[in-house]
Amino acid sequence: MHNKTVSELSAGLHAGAFSSEELTAHFLRRIESHDGQLNSFITVAGDQALAAARAADQCLASGTAGPLTGIPLAQKDIFCTEGVRTSCGSKMLDNFISPYDATTVSRFNDAGMVMLGKTNMDEFAMGSSNETSFYGAVHNPWQLDMVPGGSSGGSAAAVAARLAPAATGTDTGGSIRQPAALCGLTGLKPTYGRVSRYGMIAFASSLDQGGPMTRSAEDAALLLQVMAGFDERDSTSVDTPVPNYSAGLNDGLEGLKIGLPKEYFAEGLDSHVAAAIEQAIDAYRKLGATIVDISLPNTHLAVPTYYVVAPAECSTNLSRFDGVRFGYRCEDPVDLTDMYKRSRGEGFGAEVKRRIMVGTYALSSGYYDAYYLQAQKIRRLISDDFRRAFADVDVIMGPTTPTVAFGMNSHSDDPVAMYLSDIYTIAANLAGLPAMSVPAGFVDGLPVGLQLIGDYFAESRLLNIAHRYQQVTDWHTQAPAAFS
Amino acid sequence: MALDQTDINTIAHLARLQVDEGDMEQYVHNLSDILGFVEQMNGVDTSNVTPMAHPLDATQRLRQDVVSERDQREKFQANAPQVEDGLYLVPKVIE
Repeated sequence: MHNKTVSELSAGLHAGAFSSEELTAHFLRRIESHDGQLNSFITVAGDQALAAARAADQCLASGTAGPLTGIPLAQKDIFCTEGVRTSCGSKMLDNFISPYDATTVSRFNDAGMVMLGKTNMDEFAMGSSNETSFYGAVHNPWQLDMVPGGSSGGSAAAVAARLAPAATGTDTGGSIRQPAALCGLTGLKPTYGRVSRYGMIAFASSLDQGGPMTRSAEDAALLLQVMAGFDERDSTSVDTPVPNYSAGLNDGLEGLKIGLPKEYFAEGLDSHVAAAIEQAIDAYRKLGATIVDISLPNTHLAVPTYYVVAPAECSTNLSRFDGVRFGYRCEDPVDLTDMYKRSRGEGFGAEVKRRIMVGTYALSSGYYDAYYLQAQKIRRLISDDFRRAFADVDVIMGPTTPTVAFGMNSHSDDPVAMYLSDIYTIAANLAGLPAMSVPAGFVDGLPVGLQLIGDYFAESRLLNIAHRYQQVTDWHTQAPAAFS
Repeated sequence: MALDQTDINTIAHLARLQVDEGDMEQYVHNLSDILGFVEQMNGVDTSNVTPMAHPLDATQRLRQDVVSERDQREKFQANAPQVEDGLYLVPKVIE
């Protein structure tokens, strides 16, 4: 049962091959028996899941079920869930029970999906290896001494290990696509504003975007259908119609123009990863696509720009954690300042504190123009690179990451080296463009991700392009041996 | 950009973060590295570039000034470290 995709499970549930309660119990047993090796869940909500599954079975029996009714799902622990702890991977929120559901959560609940639990993540989504979580590192199911990527590393590991059929993630600089690549999943970061940020704990508000992490593009389309749409509770939610994401999955790719940015194949890219990507491009040629060499000349500025914009917004967003209204409070504060400083000093981990301090510095008097304003201007240059590219091509392709999964603890003393693992993913966040990662082979037994970047609101086209590739390849169907 | 301990103390105070003495050297080192890294932005001529605040250049959506939330104070305060009579308690501010 656990090797089936969401679409296959949906067919099985509607045909009565198994019930949602059986399916949910099966995944809960797998979490129980396998997650000790992975640490992919922070909280398992077994009782609530079984209750939701029984309700779903009633809908299936009465004929009121939708396509996703009764299918289990894991939520990244950044999405607020009423009545189930939402920790964001931090000691700061270890005791936080949200009084409301995130829009993404209530939309999935309304669709009848069954939440298995909350997945592990880098603390406040700040990390690329899932090693900054207060709840311990997550292990990559393909090789347990490797990182799963981050920050949505728990979601990626859980879906890759067949502990959940699908999961949600969030992507501020690559946090859906990079772990999807490192764990062999299909991950989609939608256009900024397409998916509501309401109840998704904020890291960098002008970059954050939620999206699905699944085992196929077909499944990603089903989940995005639920997640996408206008939400008046999110001030940057975009009010444009949501297309049927599954309708065009099988459209032909004849005449598709694929742009390959030379900057994404330059120094720093592992040669074996490069070879896998070139093979994927070849597959697209055979599907009728035309390959065009392009340039995104400001690519090298994306990571430095991001590490001003994201910390600046993080330092502002995380000022809400003050030990007064919710979250961790230190013991015996002597006065208010002591309470703020020690609650935050003790409640946040090292990477979060580093980023708050970088952001505080970049926004402080006398430095704002040199850092934040300059970064916002370069952000425009990066965005203009894409605008020019999309005048000539339909989609941009390249590697999702410069290497396959790296060893645990290998970058822990060097934040800048860690930041460079997001070198190909960050620009899409700065520009607000939709982007995906799809499995495109293996190097030394570890998955390689092919990145697809589309023009604004081109999610349907991206899903179509990914789906057609998955019909002629089987990288996305492979499971790590220990978890198959 | 090389920072020293005084800089870190100033930044940590602005951010209201307690930094343990034992971690100080690492913060000096890491933050200097990060700021050194982002200095790659300095050489770029952006004199005629408009800063980008929103990817779609959207503007703030406004709504009618009417009550849209119901009172859920008790539910919200269930998460607070210390409350009394519906108020959040903090250490004494005024002597």
